[in-house]
Amino acid sequence: MTTVIETELVNKVLSTALEGGADFSEIFVEDVQRSAVNLDDGRIENLTSSRDRGAGIRVVTGESTGFAHTADLSSDGLLAAARAARDAARSGGAGVKQVEVAAVTNTPGAVAVRPESIDKATKVAKVRQANEVARARNAAITQVGARYNDNRRQILVANSDGILATDDQTRTFFGVSCVATGDAGLQTGSETAGQSVGFELFDRYEIEQMAEAAADRAITKLQARPAPSGTLPVVIGPGSGGVLFHEACGHGLEADLVRKGASAFRDRLGTQVASELVTLIDDGTMAEEWGFYAIDDEGYPAKSNVLIQDGVLIDYMWDGNRARDAKRESSGNGRRQSYRHLPMVRMTNTYLAPGQSDPAEIVAGVDNGVYVARLGGGQVNTASGDFVFGMTEAYLIEDGQITTPLREGQLIGNGPKVLQLIDAVGNDFEMGPPGTCGKDGQGVPVGDGVPTLRVTELTIGGTAA
Amino acid sequence: MSPEQLLSIAASVVDQAGPDEQIEVAVSQGRSTAVRVYEGQVESFTSAQTEGLGVRVIVDGREGFASAGTLEPEVVASMLAEARDNAAFAEADEFAGVAQPDGVEAVSINLWRDEVVNMDTQAKIDLAVELERQVREADDRISGVRTAAFGDSAAAFALASTSGIQAATRATSCSVGVEALADDTDGRTQTGYAFDAARAPSGLSVADVAGRAVGNAVDLLGSTKPDTGTVSLLLDPRQAATVLGLVAGTLTGDRILKKRSPFMGRVGEQIGSPLLTMYDDPTDPDSLGADSHDGEGLACRPTPLVTSGSLDGFLYDAYNGRKAGVGSTGSALRGTRGLPGPGLAALHVDAGSSGSFDDLVGSIDLGVLVFSLAGLHSGVNPVSGDFSVGVEGRMIRNGSLAEPIGECTVGSTLQRLLLDITAVGSDVTHLPSGVSTPSLVIGDVMLSGAAA
Repeated sequence: MTTVIETELVNKVLSTALEGGADFSEIFVEDVQRSAVNLDDGRIENLTSSRDRGAGIRVVTGESTGFAHTADLSSDGLLAAARAARDAARSGGAGVKQVEVAAVTNTPGAVAVRPESIDKATKVAKVRQANEVARARNAAITQVGARYNDNRRQILVANSDGILATDDQTRTFFGVSCVATGDAGLQTGSETAGQSVGFELFDRYEIEQMAEAAADRAITKLQARPAPSGTLPVVIGPGSGGVLFHEACGHGLEADLVRKGASAFRDRLGTQVASELVTLIDDGTMAEEWGFYAIDDEGYPAKSNVLIQDGVLIDYMWDGNRARDAKRESSGNGRRQSYRHLPMVRMTNTYLAPGQSDPAEIVAGVDNGVYVARLGGGQVNTASGDFVFGMTEAYLIEDGQITTPLREGQLIGNGPKVLQLIDAVGNDFEMGPPGTCGKDGQGVPVGDGVPTLRVTELTIGGTAA
Repeated sequence: MSPEQLLSIAASVVDQAGPDEQIEVAVSQGRSTAVRVYEGQVESFTSAQTEGLGVRVIVDGREGFASAGTLEPEVVASMLAEARDNAAFAEADEFAGVAQPDGVEAVSINLWRDEVVNMDTQAKIDLAVELERQVREADDRISGVRTAAFGDSAAAFALASTSGIQAATRATSCSVGVEALADDTDGRTQTGYAFDAARAPSGLSVADVAGRAVGNAVDLLGSTKPDTGTVSLLLDPRQAATVLGLVAGTLTGDRILKKRSPFMGRVGEQIGSPLLTMYDDPTDPDSLGADSHDGEGLACRPTPLVTSGSLDGFLYDAYNGRKAGVGSTGSALRGTRGLPGPGLAALHVDAGSSGSFDDLVGSIDLGVLVFSLAGLHSGVNPVSGDFSVGVEGRMIRNGSLAEPIGECTVGSTLQRLLLDITAVGSDVTHLPSGVSTPSLVIGDVMLSGAAA
């Protein structure tokens, strides 16, 4: 990594942090470089760059964690942070333990074209093209924003259990958002692409198609009618529908929430928590997906974890603290937003395995319902299990046909109930657009995906009677 | 470092400006602590030092920006070079540029309290432990506390630019928050979250926060999904602040000029109920959003937004104010790590004549008292105005609080919510978000729940 910390210093920091008899110490060093190009209102507004590097030092004594972070990566800066974390953990006793970390397990990211090797003019040309295509698509498109950004995050994690690991994570993102103006006001449409890859992102996603898709979504909604209110069958299209599982049960399967009684899925291991059609996997090893990494932010390798198999709850997701407490291995789900944050249990790429049904037949089986082609974000109360998520592109289903476009609205349901009400899962599958998952004020990149699926009843939060 | 030392770092970069170059530099440094307790023990104690620098360069109307999370001299120097390089690729805009001094005198507001800096570590832990204890012991139906937290910060900020602007300030803040869990007889868990913030710990009320968290959780026990239909919404000051904050977010100059606001082109029109008067007032020292200078170094000042339902105007930073031909309203918001943009600092909503909160409850035949709103980021479109959010609360029937409800949404549009305000209370409350507002009643909102 660009910022090199000698192994000898790592050992000294970890040993200093343990002075006084703590159970565990850890140093997390991070160096992040970002660049972005923003186009809005017809012109390149600005290019921005940022550089962030620093270290977080964590000391655990029993269930108490002391944490200090610093942007000063000198020996003095790191040792001062180690003492601050040690004092914060308020460890008793006076034991002295020398730490020696093992050799580095180097896990270079598989990036074909390093974004920093691409000149800025080429990045500028991408957002300009999106603007031109979207505006040319339809005269009703009255505003276009386009954004390119890339970031490279290099991390080093070492702890008093002897782990010393590094990772080099690159993510590249492109987004287009359009406003269409019609008789009934303004409507919006957007399209985004993001992967854990370099500039080769643009070999996989055509700017032209993305800009047209964003424009078409906004234009379609000009004819939209208010969404219905109340309970109806809902068919969720492939891809972005993954947010349903992220909210309906993903967060509730995070071991830190389960332990505190703040999950509707506590005490449910081994039981039927969902329809038999549901097999849900959280997989941090899906190379190139938005939530991919080689090691998590505690140094444990990413894993593919089956959470629900044929409707039966197999396991929760774990970080180091919760795994130590439960005397098991971390599932590689310990993540943090930056070196300024403590790690906690987080999702990676969460997806529903494909089923047997023909997607067209899933829709054809609904007399009166809603087809959600594209979901936005959502939110869950993990304790009660109630969750919401926004529909950014949705249509009525009438007599088995997808018909009138609907204005935006949210769907609301109760996770444990909704999982039981899934009565069809398609044999298609797509990963959805890149997402940022928020928990306790920390945002991390996540992916999700689903095949087409049907829920026999969900509450549609529209305004139509 | 003191605000003056930070200012000298900022000024030293500004001094390197070439003849046709505008430079603006924002610098910050601070420290913060965060304590989380669980079951009477410290779960985590975070001690943090943070610093940051943002450099904006404008050459011939082309803007570039670079930022870093450190004030190391070589990094500071490289950020200036990077911002210059970025500027070369932007497109020229005649209105781009740093803020020009506009003669408005800044009010002097002391945002700093030594009490925060001098607070003992143990006292911080004790406060969080006490908060958790009060919640656990308040009611037999409380089954747990997900988290109880105390946090504080003390930070200095400085800004200098080639237009001669130099502003420096320092501020303290602290907060407590708690999430209570209450278990129903059927095994369902309800939650109640409460939060308070102040400039100094003496301004925090632990008992009030504990009481609200417990009340919100236990009052939801036994909640059911309500029938679908049209209702009135009763928003207490906290919920009113959330909803009006979303509205005010659409009244910013960038959204107006870029044609992304449902309220563009409507100055002078009746956009809300005649009962609604609101303005942004960062000069109110009682607001936690108060400041003497905005994010571009101009004096903060009151900005009228809506008077008796009529739209007065919008919030502008320097760029958008120039472009609109009205000048900045001193409403630039920014951290050191991002570009400035216009936004709300300290929204104030005038008291109405509909009486106390209890009077408002008594005036409603069929309504919902809102405890919490969910999915504000995914269910409110600030361009179209579409509004659909999850809600938990209590029904109001014939002027009295009735059964608790959940797993339902309320739907309308931002435009209609303003017009449908039917009563404004007298209970203006200063909130942690910087907003001061009374309770509101909004009629004719669609409650979506069980099949109609």
